[in-house]
Amino acid sequence: MELFSGAEWQAIGLSLRVSFWATLASMPVAVLVAYALARWRFPGRFLLNILVHLPLVLPPVVTGYLLLVTFGTRAPIGAFLEQAFGITFAFRWTGAAMAAAIMAFPLLVRAIRLSIEAVDRRLEAAAGTLGAPPFWVFATITMPLILPGVVAGAVLGFAKAMGEFGATITFVSNIPGETQTIPTAIYALLQVPGAEAPAARLIAVSIALSVGALIVSEVLATRATRRVEGR
Amino acid sequence: MKLSVSFRHRFGEADLDIAFEAGPGVTALFGRSGAGKTTSVNAVAGLFQPDEGRIALDKTTFLDTSKGIVLPAHRRRVGYVFQDARLFPHLSVRGNLGFGARFVPGPIDASMSGRVQDLLGLTPLLDRRPRDLSGGERQRVAIGRALLAQPRLLLLDEPLAALDAERKEQILPYLARLRKEMDFPILYVSHSVDEVARLAAHVVVIDAGRVARTGSPGAIFSDMSIAGTLGARTAGALITGKVLERHSDGLTSLTVSGGVLYLAGSDAVPGERVTVRIAAEDVLLSRLRPEGLSALNILPATILAVEDAGGPERLVQLQAGEDRLLARITARSAQVLELSPGTVCYAIVKSMALAMGGDPNPKLKSSIPS
Repeated sequence: MELFSGAEWQAIGLSLRVSFWATLASMPVAVLVAYALARWRFPGRFLLNILVHLPLVLPPVVTGYLLLVTFGTRAPIGAFLEQAFGITFAFRWTGAAMAAAIMAFPLLVRAIRLSIEAVDRRLEAAAGTLGAPPFWVFATITMPLILPGVVAGAVLGFAKAMGEFGATITFVSNIPGETQTIPTAIYALLQVPGAEAPAARLIAVSIALSVGALIVSEVLATRATRRVEGR
Repeated sequence: MKLSVSFRHRFGEADLDIAFEAGPGVTALFGRSGAGKTTSVNAVAGLFQPDEGRIALDKTTFLDTSKGIVLPAHRRRVGYVFQDARLFPHLSVRGNLGFGARFVPGPIDASMSGRVQDLLGLTPLLDRRPRDLSGGERQRVAIGRALLAQPRLLLLDEPLAALDAERKEQILPYLARLRKEMDFPILYVSHSVDEVARLAAHVVVIDAGRVARTGSPGAIFSDMSIAGTLGARTAGALITGKVLERHSDGLTSLTVSGGVLYLAGSDAVPGERVTVRIAAEDVLLSRLRPEGLSALNILPATILAVEDAGGPERLVQLQAGEDRLLARITARSAQVLELSPGTVCYAIVKSMALAMGGDPNPKLKSSIPS
């Protein structure tokens, strides 16, 4: 007997794909924003900080709705992207990835920012006196020192993306094979009488992935601290 | 190679107004903690930007606020050895040592890596991580890392301050060798008279954000007024003499202008000129030539001045041959012995109290290109 049915595999596969791209695409932006918030003083820094954290506190349905009215096919930006580049977000898996990326973004930024703030800036100053220009200092000193923190943030963000529900269902609906991820699939199954068994299997997958991600993230965060402290 | 530094900066309460020059060899920035020594070297390195001033090494302007010139730290080519080593924890010793090489403009001196490793005894450490090194080893790696970036100027900010006395003794010979091998200016920040006396050819005394005195270590530390600026414990004469003989019992005898000195444990060879520091607090005075005394060094001297050093203390300046000595004694003794300028007496120093000082005229071999 098969462990998962075809539809269940589809939901798991799509969830992994959506979360992978969501994490990958938001990572460089998250590093840049985290660095800016940790290191630079600029006008609008306070606002940026609020904006980054907004998806964490806003009801996900609101985030999803805002995405719909911004990137929907009839919304100005959404229509422009579709006509100019042929990129559509609404009701596509790319839209699910975008929703997941935005919901995971605060977690990424927070984890990366903490590890940047833990870096001993005197090491960067030392690298500067050895002749390293600022970008080199970032690439050869800062980045290696924060790498475990970045990875820990990515794992956490990936898990968050795997679990994203509200914004996803609002923005891209719940289309099997296109936008039906594990959480929306569970939701759909729970609406059907007698589908408790497949729902339970997906719930188990969901719990396993979340716990696993938390453990990996915790281990990496500890290693990041050790590395920064030079132990 | 000449470094000229002149800058002013306003900190909330304390102002900094620093001006000095440093040629090849070791120039010590000497003073109490918080006097502004580290801030001064940071300004030279480009890690601190003063309100106004000018800092230049030969024709390279590091800073000139009147012309709006600020050369960023990474383009100054200043080797900086920090008090806390600051090795990169994610790189091996080899990785740390090689870090600066890729930023050296022009051809890299291929033989330099081996020479610096030999000079500092780094070869056995190459594959180790900074966390597995002792404090002394870390500082040696930090010095090597700074040298291998092929700097035109070396800054050492209390490189021995975090080490215990034993580790200090292990590193000082390396620093002394360094001083003889390098032909560029070395700024050495310290508040240890011993270190300065052993390494520096020139001393800049910084007190409360200002340059209080500049001069040779001998002139600075035998100066009566220095005790008032830096505390009586720093007072002491530096005397240069020629090694006479190394005795089988471990003592070395030294001819100085005022007689013969015996000191314990020295690796100097007969005929070599060496400098010893005689701390003012290690000198006893006697009106009569003492007999039956364990101290070996008894120099006839004439008193030049007796100064009130505060409380029960007097600082006495003596002429012994052509050298000047300082002695810290009590006001009571000065009175009982009727010490006053012109009095003839004997200065007594224990051999065990004599520390070997620096080479007065460091040979500047050009073995590392500038």
